[in-house]
Amino acid sequence: MPTVTAQSRDARHGDRRKGAAGSVAPERDPQASAAIGSVLTAEHLSKQVDSPEGPLTIVHDVSLEILAGESVAVVGPSGAGKSTLLALLAGLELPTDGRVLLEGQDLTALDEDGRARLRARCVGFVFQAFHLIPALTALENVMLPLELAGHAAARASALETLRRVGLADRTGHYPRQLSGGEQQRVALARAFVTKPAVLFADEPTGNLDTTTGARIGQLLFEMNADSRTTLVLVTHDQDLAARCRRVMHMEAGRLL
Amino acid sequence: MRSICFAMRMLRREWRSGELGVLLLALTVAVAALTGVGFLVSRIRAAVALQATQVLAADLRVDSSRPIAKADFAEAHQDGLRSARTADMLSVVFDGQRSELADIYAVTSAYPLRGRVLVAGQPFARGEPAGGVPPPGVIWLDSRLLAALGAHVGSQVSVGAAALRVGRVLISRPDQGGTFTGLVPSLLMNAADLPRTRLIQPGSRVRYSALFAGHRAPIKAFKTWLEAHLSPAAHLRDIAEASPQIESAVERASRFLTLSSLVAVLLCAAAVAMSARRYLARHLDLVALLKTLGASRNLTLRLTALQLLGVAMLATLAGASLGYLAQAWLAQAMRGVLAASTLPAASLAPIGIGGLTAVALLAGFALPPLWQLSRTPAVRVLRRDIGPPPPAVLLAFGPAVAVIGALIYWALLDFKLFAEVTAGLTVFVALLTAAGALLVRAAARLRGRVGVAWRYGLANLGRRRTDSVVQIVAFGVGIMALLLLALIRSELDGGWRRTLPADLPNYFFINIRPHRRAAVLGFLRSHGARTTRMLPMMRGRLAAINGRPVGSIHFKDRRGRHFATREQNLTWTAALGGDNRIVAGRWWTRAQFGKPLVSVATEFEHWLGLRLGDELTFDIAGDTLTVRVASIRKVEWDSFKPNFLIEFPPGLLRKETGTYLTSAYLTPAGARALAAFARRFPSVSIFDINDLLSDVRSMLDKAILAVQSVFVFTLLAGLTVLLAAVQSSRDERRYESAMLRALGASRATIAQGVLAEFAALGALAGVLAAAGASVAAWFLTTRVLHLRYAFNPQACMVGFAGAVLLVAASGWLATRSAVKQPPLDTLRAGT
Repeated sequence: MPTVTAQSRDARHGDRRKGAAGSVAPERDPQASAAIGSVLTAEHLSKQVDSPEGPLTIVHDVSLEILAGESVAVVGPSGAGKSTLLALLAGLELPTDGRVLLEGQDLTALDEDGRARLRARCVGFVFQAFHLIPALTALENVMLPLELAGHAAARASALETLRRVGLADRTGHYPRQLSGGEQQRVALARAFVTKPAVLFADEPTGNLDTTTGARIGQLLFEMNADSRTTLVLVTHDQDLAARCRRVMHMEAGRLL
Repeated sequence: MRSICFAMRMLRREWRSGELGVLLLALTVAVAALTGVGFLVSRIRAAVALQATQVLAADLRVDSSRPIAKADFAEAHQDGLRSARTADMLSVVFDGQRSELADIYAVTSAYPLRGRVLVAGQPFARGEPAGGVPPPGVIWLDSRLLAALGAHVGSQVSVGAAALRVGRVLISRPDQGGTFTGLVPSLLMNAADLPRTRLIQPGSRVRYSALFAGHRAPIKAFKTWLEAHLSPAAHLRDIAEASPQIESAVERASRFLTLSSLVAVLLCAAAVAMSARRYLARHLDLVALLKTLGASRNLTLRLTALQLLGVAMLATLAGASLGYLAQAWLAQAMRGVLAASTLPAASLAPIGIGGLTAVALLAGFALPPLWQLSRTPAVRVLRRDIGPPPPAVLLAFGPAVAVIGALIYWALLDFKLFAEVTAGLTVFVALLTAAGALLVRAAARLRGRVGVAWRYGLANLGRRRTDSVVQIVAFGVGIMALLLLALIRSELDGGWRRTLPADLPNYFFINIRPHRRAAVLGFLRSHGARTTRMLPMMRGRLAAINGRPVGSIHFKDRRGRHFATREQNLTWTAALGGDNRIVAGRWWTRAQFGKPLVSVATEFEHWLGLRLGDELTFDIAGDTLTVRVASIRKVEWDSFKPNFLIEFPPGLLRKETGTYLTSAYLTPAGARALAAFARRFPSVSIFDINDLLSDVRSMLDKAILAVQSVFVFTLLAGLTVLLAAVQSSRDERRYESAMLRALGASRATIAQGVLAEFAALGALAGVLAAAGASVAAWFLTTRVLHLRYAFNPQACMVGFAGAVLLVAASGWLATRSAVKQPPLDTLRAGT
């Protein structure tokens, strides 16, 4: 079973930022890597699902290691398994084989609620379809993860973050009253308001026009830099991927 | 606590979005239906209890042929109860040369403990509360006695050895139904005057009564004490025993009304299930997102459960308020059905029942989808095709079936009835569903033969087949219930008119002495009256059945005991009445006259559990008579001719001891001669049946109106089901409408299509309702009421047209916003 680390593939494809990624040894023990700043580690991850044609392997034996503060883009054609890999790394679903360590905790050893608690503590999300709650205002949407985590000053923090994304005057608006770009800015505010250790972004500019997409990309990287958050980004957008420290290519469920 | 606050904030936000509106409406209608009936029944029960105490003039009453022991009164006073004594006897009273047999009722100063004595200054005048009893030396005579004696207020009347002054005219007293006989005129006197009258001598027939009243707990304790200490000759009566027929009628009416309101509740349950299904579909993304953001499965379940609890509380408040208003209206509509002029206040218990029902409906019909909702995987945020795993069948339907079963059982509290009703309901719903499915299928076949708008509408019906069937059945049931009652009402009225001849006897003449029979008949006929047969009447008690004393027999039917122990009206006759039909045994032949035989009515046979050949022993004026049941008769009581439950052959009873009764039809002109009749035959009592007949009709009308009002809730529930169904298809409709308009359809075409769909839905529900109501009305009229059934196409057409209009209008109003939304917005949103 071939084990390909993200770092070794980056090196093979001549990543522009390979100097930065080169500090990670190809076959490093993940437990050891956690000790020197690894925030996310995947070991021999596979995901198989049943289909009318029989079992289908969507992610095939993927191992990778991402350091704290690093930004990593996963690129590849549609159906390559990028979003499934993201779901596995975030603990949204469990692998058929292998394991994921997030902040040193084995996600496969946790139950659904344990994984949710871990996400509440150290994970943020930005989605292609924004996934704002239509019944809630912009402010209420941003307050939501803080409320779930039981923060006392949820409102103040949410207002401050909305101000950072330039929506201080849109706090009482409902998603349907906001443009696509504004909705994604609310989603960014929601993702960063908890100051997560890792931010997972799934095609964050996929539903936006080029100009708005570029602005949202800019904002995403600015906020990421300010918060020193680890960013794992799945995208088709080459420009967006190019802004990441590391780019991983995926095809037919494998990292190339 | 944190999750409660969070859930309530979410509820507020959800409320703003209008997602929970239909759910709240469904629960509100269910709670309103149940609490409305609950409030009304509690008020009727309280009124009946009050009425019953008035019949006794007390809470507890002891009747005996011997004076009541002083110890009983001492014990009652110790318990803090009030008491009074009465003595009741028949005697002839005199005013100069004129004399009249009177029922003399002597009372102590505390009488009556419950109810009021009404008096007036003139005979036959409107009574006023007396505010006490006659003082010593004074008597109050009733109007008939005063008229028969030719006396007036201020006259001196001899009662036994005492001369007493007529102080006022007695109009009524609360316990007048329980005296020797209601046919004898009566007078009320102070018990302190009794010794002066010397009426009570050894061997006198006097009925002594002790009356007790007080708070519920000491009365209950005192009753227990009395039961242990009472002499065998004494008879103890309390509220339950005072009016067993009324109580059992109220019991049956409350069961029926509660069951009727349950129809609305069950339809609302369907709306709750539909709303919950939409809630599930609309919240899959939210739950997945909440989980992604770190919410545990328990938290998502708690959030939704708490939200629903909030909705249940709101629905309880709104429903109970609506129910209270509805019962106030119902109580107004039913005024006059009960003797009480104003109903006592309603109990608050129905609010609790309404709240519990709302929670139960949610638990049975909404929790299973919500449980499923909590199982939505977080990964749905990335892949929208992934939903929660399908629920186990037991989990999906078990709670709903359990809640329906529990609700029906609660309404009936009788396992046998529960089994029958549940089985009946299952068959009924299955039949309606099958009929609904057939109608939808038939309508879908018409698609090819109609224009574009109707094709679109009918196609929608066929495509959402399950929803369509549920809506047709829900609406059909609501309209069917209302239509059935309308049909039954007109059938009853029409049936009566058809059955009753124009010269239906409208006056009864009772207490005709044997030697005055010919004179009475002659007088009536000379004034143009059409008389019916004249039958003798005697009073007697049933002493034993097949040798067993009635006191030792346990009767299954509560009415059995009452009918077995009460004083019976008996007659003898050679010929079977034209309005009687022998259903078992044979009517006696001439050769059997004088033989110890008896013929009983089916009611008597049923209540006492009698069979042909059973031996009945009667105590008639001191004589014992044992007879064999020779035949059982079905009597048409509504012929308004003299009829008896118990009839003997001629030659068996002593003729001289009875009186006679007859009935006659008198025109209004002929009725004017009744004043002269009363003067000539003062002992004969005249009963005006015109009033009774109109009273019965009016009571029936009011009762049907009350039930119809309850079924309005059923119609509202049907409307709620429609709204729930429309809401669950709203996104789909919005998308379809946008697509059609993008393809060039005008807004008017789409509107016509939507109207066509709901008009078709209404028409199918109308057909189901009209057919179902006609079949049910046929069954009830011919099999239960034994009247001739005539199909009423007019009422059916009104029901059908009402269904089409109501459903089309409601459906159009509910879908209007979805159709009117600009297509671009919808197509951009993607759903």
